[in-house]
Amino acid sequence: MTSLLLALKVVATTPEYGAIATAIGGDQVKVTTLAKPTEDPHFVDAKPSHIVALSKADVLIEGGADLEAGWLPPLLEGARNAKINAGGPGRVRASEGIQLLDVPQVLDRSLGDLHAAGNPHFMMDPGNAKIVADHVCDVFCKLDAGSCSAYEKNRDAFNATLAAKMGEWSKALAPFQGKPVVTYHPTWRYFAARFGLVSDVYLEPKPGIPPSPPHLAEVMQKMTEQKIGVVLVEPFQSRKTAEAVAQRTGATVVDVCQFPGGLPGTGDYLALLDADVKAIASALGK
Amino acid sequence: MHRLFFLAGLFATLAHAQDVPLPSPEPKPIPVASGAAGKNYLNISLDGLIAVGASTEPDVPGLETGGHDPAQRGFTVQNVEVVFDGAVDPYFRGQANVVLQVDADGNTNVELEEAYAVTTSLPKGLQVKAGQYLTEFGRINPTHPHSWDFVDQPLVSGRMFGGDGLRSVGARVSWLMPAPFYSELMLSAQNAKGETATSFGGVEGDVMFGRPLDPDDVKSMGDLLYVPRYAASFDIGDTQTMVVGASAAFGPNGTGAGADTSIYGIDALWKWKSARADKGFPFVKVQGEAMSRRYDAAATPLLPEETFDDHGGYLQAVWGIKPMWTLGARYDRVGGDVGDDPLDPAFQPRERASLEGTWYPTEYSKLRLQYAYDDRTGLKDAHSVWLQFEFLLGAHAAHKF
Repeated sequence: MTSLLLALKVVATTPEYGAIATAIGGDQVKVTTLAKPTEDPHFVDAKPSHIVALSKADVLIEGGADLEAGWLPPLLEGARNAKINAGGPGRVRASEGIQLLDVPQVLDRSLGDLHAAGNPHFMMDPGNAKIVADHVCDVFCKLDAGSCSAYEKNRDAFNATLAAKMGEWSKALAPFQGKPVVTYHPTWRYFAARFGLVSDVYLEPKPGIPPSPPHLAEVMQKMTEQKIGVVLVEPFQSRKTAEAVAQRTGATVVDVCQFPGGLPGTGDYLALLDADVKAIASALGK
Repeated sequence: MHRLFFLAGLFATLAHAQDVPLPSPEPKPIPVASGAAGKNYLNISLDGLIAVGASTEPDVPGLETGGHDPAQRGFTVQNVEVVFDGAVDPYFRGQANVVLQVDADGNTNVELEEAYAVTTSLPKGLQVKAGQYLTEFGRINPTHPHSWDFVDQPLVSGRMFGGDGLRSVGARVSWLMPAPFYSELMLSAQNAKGETATSFGGVEGDVMFGRPLDPDDVKSMGDLLYVPRYAASFDIGDTQTMVVGASAAFGPNGTGAGADTSIYGIDALWKWKSARADKGFPFVKVQGEAMSRRYDAAATPLLPEETFDDHGGYLQAVWGIKPMWTLGARYDRVGGDVGDDPLDPAFQPRERASLEGTWYPTEYSKLRLQYAYDDRTGLKDAHSVWLQFEFLLGAHAAHKF
């Protein structure tokens, strides 16, 4: 166990990166996460306490796909920390090396709150977690060569468990290939692509635009036509809206989360995916 | 021929529009994404703020103290702000806010509100900002009208800093202290004259406390405006944040040689935000500022040397009821010495109570309805109702807390 003074100070913008940093860094790192697992990650307050955490950080792990564009830039300016500025040795852009989905062909806000870089919810595909774990391990090793073997050991263990779990998750969802699910926001596109589900019906009429009655009527019609029996809802999204839609179509509302800690018993990334897969598979199996 | 091109263009646009919501199996990088963060060296945005309304007081500019407040019964273009920002190089970030306004006579005025560079990677928690910028005094002064919670600026801002806020060309050093909580110390040195430094040099021919101004040019370091500020913040549990600050501004004023002004201010913000916030709602925030000014007026051929003290403040609460809806209330008060022209309404004690409700269709637009009751010494009470509309294009820089 390294003393806290020597530990790498890691800041993660959202909790899944924090969970991966903890899995790789173990006792050698001290991880602070800015966004709460239960809140809308697009709208996090740029609180002064976050500036303090960033000013002391050796490593910053961000998505790098515009999800944090509304709050990270003023925090970084306040933090004035060259180590984690763009291009700094401690800056990790998690989306680096990941093929993003839904990259808009045109940037037009009449189509909703588009992310220019593509859909930023790529960590819902556990295949991408491996890419991020490798990336985080490389940066930890560069900054703290003395503990590199420990980081690599943790990374290998994480990747091995992830691979084993991937088999379990794929098996659990295998009976539901091609089954559609309704979600609030296009958060589950990567998850669906990985496990052979279909996610293209949303309670939001356009990304970031709150549900409207005419759109919900359209959603309910699609649910009846396509026999969609599952509506996924996250802790910060309106469960009332999801319930109203589910009630009228005989569907089930399933509580899921994209962030570790957002649901009971989802302390780390693998536990989160376990819980999400289990909840979705059980609802689809009904 | 032109029509053919037009049709082809239209068809292409429609085809694209249909493509977008569909899953794209092979995402292609965007060749040019004009104005998008991270795709250009320069982010550009345009923010339009327009108000319409009425007041029982026909002299609206006498009622509203801000240069970007509603200026007349009927429609007002409050503020059309073009913002350019981006990384200059690995060492600086640059920003310029160019403001366009249409006055009551329909003439367009251009203002260079801010144009500055700020360091990004100095060691030891230091940061330097240089250029033309809104002085970091209190909470409202350094911010732009579109980020305010009300249609107009607080009365105390107008009283202490004039219609356009305290801003000038200068430089600021800031130190983020190595404390376990947020603790920042700033010191600004700026030019002290002009219409954006009304409590100090001001504009030749203007009148303060009944005395005409004739500001001096800078002859020594003592002729500049100095603004220290300290701010601290701490979180209370997971959902509450408190920010407190103290600011001061010292500089020469335009009443004559050796005459100085000091302004002191304290400010506080408390915010609660749900741990399950959807688009940042629900929340409650309470914010207040109090300021006092000591204005030493030099002797004139007719008037003796004299010191005027006045003060003011506001307290406001905004409740973010549910996603995209807020309700807010504000109480404003200013008072103190009225100066050598007891009839000048600009220095009379006054109070105001305002209520507002805002709907944000998205974070890029808003519609705000505000009612205000004004109680002014020696003048008739006034009731005003304003409807404000905002639209925002492009990649606007995110706001500070």
